[in-house]
Amino acid sequence: MILRLALGSLLARALTVAMTVLAIALSVMLFLGVEKVRTGAKASFADTISGTDLIVGARTGSVQLLLYSVFRIGNATNNMTWESYQDIAARDAVDWIVPISLGDSHRQFRVMGTTSEFFQRYKYRSGQSLAVSDGEVMDDLFDATIGADVAETLGYNVGDPIVVAHGLASFSEHEDQPFRISGILEKTGTPVDRTVIVSLEAIEAIHVDWRSGAQIPGQSTPADAIRQMELQPAAITAALVGVKGRLQVFGLQRSINDYVEEPLLAILPGVALQELWQIVGIAETALIAVSGMVIVTALIGMMATIFSSLNERRREMAIFRAMGARPRVIFAMLVLEAAVMAAIGALLGLILLYLGLYVAQPLIDSAFGLWIPIDPPTLREVWVLITVILAGAIVSMVPAIRAYRMSLADGMMVRI
Amino acid sequence: MTNLAPVLEVPVLELNDVRYRWPGRASFELQVPHMALAQGETVLLLGESGSGKSTLLSLICGTVVAQSGVVRVAGTDISSLSSGKRDRFRAEQIGLIFQQFNLLPFASVQDNILLPLRFAPDRAKRVASPVDEADRLCSDLGLPHDLLGARSGTLSVGQQQRVAAARALIGTPPLIVADEPTSSLDAATQVAFLDVLFAQSRAHTTTVLMVSHDARLADQFDRVIQIADIAKTTRGIA
Repeated sequence: MILRLALGSLLARALTVAMTVLAIALSVMLFLGVEKVRTGAKASFADTISGTDLIVGARTGSVQLLLYSVFRIGNATNNMTWESYQDIAARDAVDWIVPISLGDSHRQFRVMGTTSEFFQRYKYRSGQSLAVSDGEVMDDLFDATIGADVAETLGYNVGDPIVVAHGLASFSEHEDQPFRISGILEKTGTPVDRTVIVSLEAIEAIHVDWRSGAQIPGQSTPADAIRQMELQPAAITAALVGVKGRLQVFGLQRSINDYVEEPLLAILPGVALQELWQIVGIAETALIAVSGMVIVTALIGMMATIFSSLNERRREMAIFRAMGARPRVIFAMLVLEAAVMAAIGALLGLILLYLGLYVAQPLIDSAFGLWIPIDPPTLREVWVLITVILAGAIVSMVPAIRAYRMSLADGMMVRI
Repeated sequence: MTNLAPVLEVPVLELNDVRYRWPGRASFELQVPHMALAQGETVLLLGESGSGKSTLLSLICGTVVAQSGVVRVAGTDISSLSSGKRDRFRAEQIGLIFQQFNLLPFASVQDNILLPLRFAPDRAKRVASPVDEADRLCSDLGLPHDLLGARSGTLSVGQQQRVAAARALIGTPPLIVADEPTSSLDAATQVAFLDVLFAQSRAHTTTVLMVSHDARLADQFDRVIQIADIAKTTRGIA
């Protein structure tokens, strides 16, 4: 009955209570949303590459090498020579090696030159392989295999021609050598979705008539002639390496890092990812702190509304006192009321979060290539909700103590 | 109902040598040498505003405690009880009706009537079926049955006072204290209100103490006490 009366009292003040609950709900949604995006981003990053033991590239920062080779974020400052690549490929420890050549783009999407082995060796989300949803993997020199997002965004179908632009965000296009889309990959939730994949030779082919980043005036070699050429690349951006045994990873890594002919860097993707988290960690903590502060603000707002309601509710409290309620019942009712508000707010926040995720999931995916899974709340999230409710109850003790004192002094007679 | 044999020698309410001084206001003191109410009596306590009526009611209900003297309700000296016990004791022994704003406006009529039982387990035990009893009291007090589920805030003032009376009567406490319950009602409603209240209180030999400044109501009561005759208030410069 007391609970019913407390709820009735809340309903009687529906508007202010609704505002308070909404503030708590939004703050909880923000906090949990940040959590979701954070863990989703981490999981998404961690899922992007699996099965690759080492990534080899020109000497640079390990995080940078990881970012440009796997996530297509930033650019390579240097390439590694084809000789080095071949040398490493010939090592005993190496089980397989896949070269990657980046640098060109198609519209907003990166073009990556690689070998057909990439489609067998590249694994994502704990060992899943790439699969073609339409058409087939490129076979011809001028074939291109495109990621799901490329196809979707640009409305491409198998058989369509595409033109590759030189460099990134460049206006000079390799118009002489149009490519044909041979296949479209299934959605992976990795940067592959936003990549146009061509053969390593194709990257060379489109640069036949180019020197130092510009087309040689008047020179345009016909495609048939290009086909006859030796299209061995002089350099590649990076290489993905698989070793024969787990134990050989570190030996191979050390020997590549000590490679005397050329400054090279070999990284373990997992370790580089950890380094990345350390860098991002500070921003993460700041983000969590800010969204935590928003919850605190909402709870203080609730405390303020309870405080301001006390005066108009002196009559109500006097009636309870006259009917035999001890002051501590008044205290308990106010704390209960706050806990109910916080609980409704927390649950509403959770509901809003899931609604928001449901709506925003495809948008975030297409905008940032970040797939945030819609999972049931984790234990950690449940604890966040419980903490919010408890914090609401604790915060409300401040006005509740005041109400306790007021009802002791007023007794059952209120002179207003 | 357990004590059908009238024990008239034990007053339901008795005040002896009570002195009460408002804390922090040394200039105001209330003295009540003696006052007693027998079981089943209906008593009108007349006094002008500022005569110490409210203080006297607070003393009887135990929300304030006299510095000296004895306030006995149903044989118990309430100043001997801890403040928590006094709250429970008040709920058990006294039905209260105020001048106005008696009810929780957001709660249903039924919840308002049943509220004192929540804090008075013994009083609740005397009511076999609280919901039926609330219904019975309402119909006896002339309130329509379908009002029970209504929000109290939607009732007229006269109806609200009757609901307050039903709340005071439920579980048959030995004493009903009413603080100017009729002052917000018009003359005809006043008489009707007292009629239904007394009909119920007499049926259960409940004592009714009503405080008012309105002498016109006097002939409906068994006894009239002028507050000036039993109590002395002192106001001076300390």
